[in-house]
Amino acid sequence: MATHAATFPRPNVSHGNDVWLPAFTLWWREIVRFYRQRSRVIGVIASPLLFWIVIGSGFGTSFRSESNGAGGQHYLDYFYPGALIMIVLFTSIFTMMSVIEDRKEGFLLSVLVAPVSRSAIVLGKVMGGTTLATIQGLIFLAFAPFVGVHIGFGALALVALTVFLVSFALTALGFAIAWPMDSSQAFHAIINLFLIPLWLLSGALFPLSGASGWLRFLMRINPLTYGVQALRDLLYPASQGNVSLSESLATLVLFSLFMFGLAFIMVNRRSTRPAA
Amino acid sequence: MALRTPALPLTAGSHPHNAASSVIISVQNLVHRYDSRIALNGVSFEVRRAELFGLLGPNGSGKTTMFRILSTLMVPAAGRAVIAGFDIAKEPSQLRRQIGVVFQSQSIDVKLTAYENLMHQGHLYGLRGKPLKSRIHEMLSHVGLADRANEKAETFSGGMQRRLELAKGLLHHPSVLLLDEPTTGLDPGARIDLWRYLQILRDEEQVTVIVATHLMDEANKCDRLAFLNEGKLVALGTPTDLKEEIGGDVIVLEAKDPESLAEKLSMRFNIATQVLQGQVRIEREHGHRFITEVVEAFPGDIDSVSVSKPSLEDVFIRRTGHRFWTESAPARTELEKR
Repeated sequence: MATHAATFPRPNVSHGNDVWLPAFTLWWREIVRFYRQRSRVIGVIASPLLFWIVIGSGFGTSFRSESNGAGGQHYLDYFYPGALIMIVLFTSIFTMMSVIEDRKEGFLLSVLVAPVSRSAIVLGKVMGGTTLATIQGLIFLAFAPFVGVHIGFGALALVALTVFLVSFALTALGFAIAWPMDSSQAFHAIINLFLIPLWLLSGALFPLSGASGWLRFLMRINPLTYGVQALRDLLYPASQGNVSLSESLATLVLFSLFMFGLAFIMVNRRSTRPAA
Repeated sequence: MALRTPALPLTAGSHPHNAASSVIISVQNLVHRYDSRIALNGVSFEVRRAELFGLLGPNGSGKTTMFRILSTLMVPAAGRAVIAGFDIAKEPSQLRRQIGVVFQSQSIDVKLTAYENLMHQGHLYGLRGKPLKSRIHEMLSHVGLADRANEKAETFSGGMQRRLELAKGLLHHPSVLLLDEPTTGLDPGARIDLWRYLQILRDEEQVTVIVATHLMDEANKCDRLAFLNEGKLVALGTPTDLKEEIGGDVIVLEAKDPESLAEKLSMRFNIATQVLQGQVRIEREHGHRFITEVVEAFPGDIDSVSVSKPSLEDVFIRRTGHRFWTESAPARTELEKR
């Protein structure tokens, strides 16, 4: 039967790359689309600055006397890793709104009928969002000297790794949520349900040690806690966390794998219902 | 506008002459349901290589469902479909290399240039490097966009965007091209160009072209047609054969009381009549002679008379007993919500 297939002359097709090349090209498209939309570029650069200054200094003056948790820092300093995570959180998840747009516009259809492994679709889109969120996180790191943090190269690489892992896991989460949705309003509703509690209970605003029993439990099982903790360990080596850096990073790797698996499962549900 | 002839050396000599008669698509007893509603109810047909094949049907006929199944977007609930030797449900990834799909909705990324759109598409199909580059330039000149290659697709007119869609669907040399309502939103000139290009593809590159459409004049341009209605195949054949089976002319009479006129006509001339939307419809040889008899027999009952050669719509009416547009309207709204 397959002899039918060979009748047409076609350019060299290497069948080995139905994951990497498509994933690369989907990633590339995310990046190109991003920098062609001026307002998104401005948003990515300006929002970290605003977040930190406005929220941080507001909280800072209100809570100064408490001199929170780790070694009597200024609250603005305490807040810095949390703000970094928040920025990464928003950017990662919201870039995956493009999944819904792609579906609406019909672009996704042309990807779905291409001989592309479903994992390439997840990988390409998620890496696209991850790249943007990581870049934004690293831009925010440029403010680190202003909170009196001077990090060496080794620590900087680990910070970048942490930001990357958190971005990757959250983008994959965003992808898994966006995939079955057909409206961006619904996406917003669901995301807000997850996003705010996830962030509030990550140790970004108040430390684990200060929380009451059940709250502490929730914070323990929140994967983002380990992102915040890892950053805090790296940025303020003097502070004592209750989880070691390697434990935090290992948790983040597991979190990333789990979320990627979840996105992969969502995408592989080839169904008897319309794909778009 | 500028849809140019594809370069001949691409295919010259690569096809045996008997290829045109071989079956490339085989659809057997295809069934599909959306929840409890049946969208396709046991449809079977075959398409030959290098045929321009039309899937014709009103909205809600199952045409779009058929299109989605053939383009591997959905798995049928029952039945089998094979394209170029690959089973649609079991071997989707091999099959996908064989088909090019042009959707009704826009699938190009308007933030990318024409060239970038095609590069992206090529990568999805595993094409890269020099062969991809030269294929992109070749396709862009086929569809007359060579001089706009580096402009963003959002600056293009509707016709140009559609041609870019076409280039996208054909980039990887598919042996079957599937198009869903390809002329939606195109001006008449662009429609003619598109159809001319599809014919060139069929004749010179031996591409099998499947067009899903609800437009009768487009269906007339196909080599063969599958007529769908309410999930069933109601007619299959060349447009000419289908129209010839009616025989003679189609006469349509308008009257104040069409029911009673129809009854009187059947009694008087012993013929079959049909009442559709307040009009009496008769299929009859030598229609021009017959109408003089009719008008003389019932002068006061008839408001207007028309005689015409049978059209595809007449074929549809004969096979389904209702008009193409009207009576399936409820089914249409139900399907389009999905």
